[in-house]
Amino acid sequence: MAQRASTTSKKSPQVSTQVSPPVVKDLHERMVRIRLFETEAGRLMEAGKLPGFLHLYVGQEAVAAGVMAALRDDDQITSTHRGHGHAVAKGVGFREMYSELYGRVTGACLGRGGSMHINDLTRGMLGANGIVGAGVPIAVGAAFAARYKGEDSVAVTFFGDGATNIGAFHEGANMAAILGLPVVFVCENNGYAEFTPQSGHMLLTDVADRAAAYGMPSVIVDGMDAIAVHRAATEAVERARAGAGPMMIEAKTYRYFDHQGVKGLRHPYRSDEEVAEWKSRDPVDLIEARAVADGSATRAELDDVWRRTREEIAEAIAYAEASPLPDPADLLLNVYSG
Amino acid sequence: MTTTTEASAVTPVVATRKLTYVKAFNEGLAQAMREDENVFVAGEDVAGYGGVFRMFDNLLDEFGPRRMIDTPISEAALVGLGVGAAARGLRPVVDLMFMDFIGVCLDQIVNQAAKMKYMFGGALSVPLTITTASGAGLGAAAQHSQSLEAWLAHVPGLKVVMPCDAYTAKGLTVSAIRDDNPVVVMLNKVLLGSAGEVPEEIYGIPLGRAHTARQGSDVTVIALGRMVGEALAAADELSAEGVEIEVIDPRTVQPLDTETMFASVRRTNRVLVVHEAVTFGGLGAEIAAQIQDTVFDYLDAPVLRIGAPFSPVPFSPVLEKAYVPDRARIAQGCRRLLERS
Ligand SMILES: Cc1ncc(C[n+]2csc(CCOP(=O)(O)OP(=O)(O)O)c2C)c(N)n1
Repeated sequence: MAQRASTTSKKSPQVSTQVSPPVVKDLHERMVRIRLFETEAGRLMEAGKLPGFLHLYVGQEAVAAGVMAALRDDDQITSTHRGHGHAVAKGVGFREMYSELYGRVTGACLGRGGSMHINDLTRGMLGANGIVGAGVPIAVGAAFAARYKGEDSVAVTFFGDGATNIGAFHEGANMAAILGLPVVFVCENNGYAEFTPQSGHMLLTDVADRAAAYGMPSVIVDGMDAIAVHRAATEAVERARAGAGPMMIEAKTYRYFDHQGVKGLRHPYRSDEEVAEWKSRDPVDLIEARAVADGSATRAELDDVWRRTREEIAEAIAYAEASPLPDPADLLLNVYSG
Repeated sequence: MTTTTEASAVTPVVATRKLTYVKAFNEGLAQAMREDENVFVAGEDVAGYGGVFRMFDNLLDEFGPRRMIDTPISEAALVGLGVGAAARGLRPVVDLMFMDFIGVCLDQIVNQAAKMKYMFGGALSVPLTITTASGAGLGAAAQHSQSLEAWLAHVPGLKVVMPCDAYTAKGLTVSAIRDDNPVVVMLNKVLLGSAGEVPEEIYGIPLGRAHTARQGSDVTVIALGRMVGEALAAADELSAEGVEIEVIDPRTVQPLDTETMFASVRRTNRVLVVHEAVTFGGLGAEIAAQIQDTVFDYLDAPVLRIGAPFSPVPFSPVLEKAYVPDRARIAQGCRRLLERS
């Protein structure tokens, strides 16, 4: 029956301990892919080429990379309105992602979904979500299915600090805990829900404290340090896979751009100094410094990742721009199946 | 038929100036707050930020944090807060940002706010106003673009208003706040920046009263929300062809002023109902049925409905454009009605 989880919350050590060079390189590559995908998407949006909303992930790369590097292809994730980073890190292709942002028929949702709804079943990416908190119970259901079918895959749900104020989060957390399901709850605490600072929407300093209410263990990590995130995620995933039930990881991180779009702040809801301070601990810079220092990769190897990724992105954007638009005659496509 | 003049009789005729839809809403809300100390506003990013659509700009400066409250992302608690406060005599305005988010707080709206007066034997009322932005057209896709008025209009106890322009945005908002019942004000996202003539002082537009936006003798077009503007544009196009359509804006979809519609049908004998929401199970079905029940003998053609196809709102602009009804489809519908004798 349901596992009885410990309710202790623990802080991870400031300096992350060793991981193997291939893991460091893997984390780096995932982060560069997100960084470039996002900055290019931001440019396209500013150039007026993309319709709809764009919630950029830049600054939070260490979280998606660190978690996804601990997952297998058959592990499932649910994401948020800020979902591109999760999708890229889970291995969703640039072509179908850019095509979706452009509203092309070659997109991940055949042009029907846009930025907030990118998904890819072949990668275990159960979807970005326009409704805050809605992905949490869905991940619980995916984990339930895995156990039901006798598979050992796990489900990871990503959500923001703000999302933990919504019922779906609390109901999902309690459900996962009482059923002892293999779910990892990853809170990307970037300190803001839209324009409201965390202190303006909850009285807690640590979202991880909420896990205790459901008998779920939790850990707080530096969300700018991909290795720290990765180690915590590996532990949580292994636990879940072994049948020990859900766990929460709170990653303290930051988004560089505005809540939506790139910039254009009408309202100074955070200071330039604050943004600069976080940027001084840039997650991509951190992993690069770390890789070079410990010999995991040479500078040339790291540069090569940027170069290759840039090429791949340029090609994917060209592909998206050359792709056909959906045919309005197919408006009813996929409303029902069968 | 006399509804137009009746409606304008209760609205003051004074010097007007142009204001955008969103500013007109904001002005009406501010004036209603000045008028009644019991009115307060709660919602996500409404106070410090002024609302993601600028609906609540400057209100924090004037009314302070006692009456302008930023809440966590907790829509069920937000609407519940409004219900409880209203039951205790306040007049809350709670904002749901995008209409789609009612999915997470529908119980508080449907099972609580709407039924409370009834279940308390009339001993209390729930003067709650819920403001929200509905509609497609911004590439906001399936979870940020819906027009869900039919869900709400089906629930006894709720009122639902759909302002079609700046003037009605202000007047209906004021009336919603003054009303003793829960009222959902569905602002339209695409209209937010559109400007129109708006009187400076506070005025209400009676709820449950339709407005004849244009008089005509050949076809009655009953249009909801943003579709009023599209219908008026279609009317100009058809007028050039010698066809005069009458455009009726119900303004309030619950309660629905059917008398104004019936009177129009008796004169034009042809009806088209148009809304942005999915056609199936939409208000067009209700309106068509009521017209058939009451003025069937006056009809020269079956009532025609135009709405969205039975699909979630698509993202790609090319699909979204095909999805939402427009002036061309309305004009085409009128021509079809006239082909039948
Ligand atoms: C149910 C619901 N309420 C409100 C919104 C509007 N909204 C979109 S993102 C957001 C803030 C989310 O904050 P958080 O969960 O901390 O994620 P972050 O944006 O910081 O990544 C809000 C309020 C929504 N999409 N869904």
